[in-house]
Amino acid sequence: MDSRIHKYKQGDMYIVLDINSGGVHVVDRLIFDMLDYICPDHEGGGLGVTAEQLAASLPQYDKGEMAEALSELEELYNGKMLFSEDEYKQYAEMTLNAPIKAMCLHVSHDCNLRCKYCFAETGDFGGGRMLMPPEVGRKAIDFLIEKSAGRENLEVDFFGGEPLMAWDTVKATVDYARSIEKQHGKNFRFTITTNGVLLDDEKTEYINREMSNCVLSLDGRKEVNDRIRITPNEKGSYDLIVPKFQQLVKGRVNEGRTDHYIRGTFTKYNLDFTNDILHMAELGFKQLSVEPVVTDPQMPYAIAESDLPTIFNEYDRLCEIMKNDPKKFNFFHFKIDLNQGPCAVKRLRGCGCGNEYVAITPDGDIFPCHQFVGMDEWKMGNIFDGNVNKDLKDYFAKTHIYSKEGCADCWARFYCSGGCNANSFKYEGDARKPHKIACEMQKKRIECGIALATADC
Amino acid sequence: MKHLKTVNKANLKETAAKGGCGKCQTSCQSACKTSCTVANQQCEANK
Repeated sequence: MDSRIHKYKQGDMYIVLDINSGGVHVVDRLIFDMLDYICPDHEGGGLGVTAEQLAASLPQYDKGEMAEALSELEELYNGKMLFSEDEYKQYAEMTLNAPIKAMCLHVSHDCNLRCKYCFAETGDFGGGRMLMPPEVGRKAIDFLIEKSAGRENLEVDFFGGEPLMAWDTVKATVDYARSIEKQHGKNFRFTITTNGVLLDDEKTEYINREMSNCVLSLDGRKEVNDRIRITPNEKGSYDLIVPKFQQLVKGRVNEGRTDHYIRGTFTKYNLDFTNDILHMAELGFKQLSVEPVVTDPQMPYAIAESDLPTIFNEYDRLCEIMKNDPKKFNFFHFKIDLNQGPCAVKRLRGCGCGNEYVAITPDGDIFPCHQFVGMDEWKMGNIFDGNVNKDLKDYFAKTHIYSKEGCADCWARFYCSGGCNANSFKYEGDARKPHKIACEMQKKRIECGIALATADC
Repeated sequence: MKHLKTVNKANLKETAAKGGCGKCQTSCQSACKTSCTVANQQCEANK
């Protein structure tokens, strides 16, 4: 098949993607099969094949129908919505010297849970338990304002460990940023990622007032959640946190806001994760995100390549449920906007880690992102001297779909941008070598997401 | 058309020409902290 298109069947739909124009076409079975035999020349003035020639390969179809279908394909081709060329390499290094505009602020390298799969080594990232003092939070805001140059929208995610353990720093940082944002012509957007254990009325009210998004960690069914997300004395956390999340989400929804996510992780222990998603929907949560665990392949709960068929079936099942009842809930990883999505320039490199986005530790060290924290070879500087390692920043600016192994030829490149650089480094030993299992799951999610978006059109 | 339906604008090339303004959200600040998804972000250039 021509490498400029990708075609697949999802449920009862036949879908064709024109990779380089972003065109999405729903086709009938005839066209779906014809496309196996059409590969127009780059310089050509047509599809380079006749209905008679196709009939020899596809004798089961009516020749007249095939001629009609071929003329429809020609119309798409002439309109540059089929077999279009990849012309984006010229933009690949456009973000060299880009300002830093987003920050993951590790206000706490400590946690009050001991989740077994934690990539932060139960919260301290391997560097000892500590909280960020308020003055470091304020300095981080100054640093971001200085490094953001002309960018107006600045993002700060309070992260950990568990950020509510450093609540005074969260508030001091937000209040400081709010007090100076106008004078600097900036618009801060705060988010927080929390396990919810320390949520109370005051924190809930503050989060719902100040945070443009919040990510609330819950893995789904009680037995699934409590097998992994446990307290230091090995008790489950489900009963402790669910009522608090329900209160927080209710407060947000009452104000007409949908900007939050209940975020879970699935592991080998719950490959039937659709049941966890459905359970969370039954709890009243409608904005859901559940991601595959990222961990050492030797761990008993790690996802293996042999699990992929089961996971693909599960994504298909979830997709079918959402197609039949689109208002039941939103699933973040199936969400794709086919018309107002990000520009091609952004799609070349994705999250911007290490270039437009950095993580700051409790003592002010700078890392490319939250997943690189604790790996000293990736330390980019410290906010108190203000210097950012230019070699590392340039390395990330040049880490894009044309420099990552295998991405330039992958149909999914403009949807995933080559995946997570930290995952690639951790599990393939190279930030520019995408993690194979993660890629396969990502591609499946993209196929489901496009199918759902298509069903809406 | 009888055999196919195009469901979007297929305008990725147009977005390249005026893209890269940096107003949009950073992927990892939303709900993916361990798996990068980009196509679910929204362009904010005209907001």
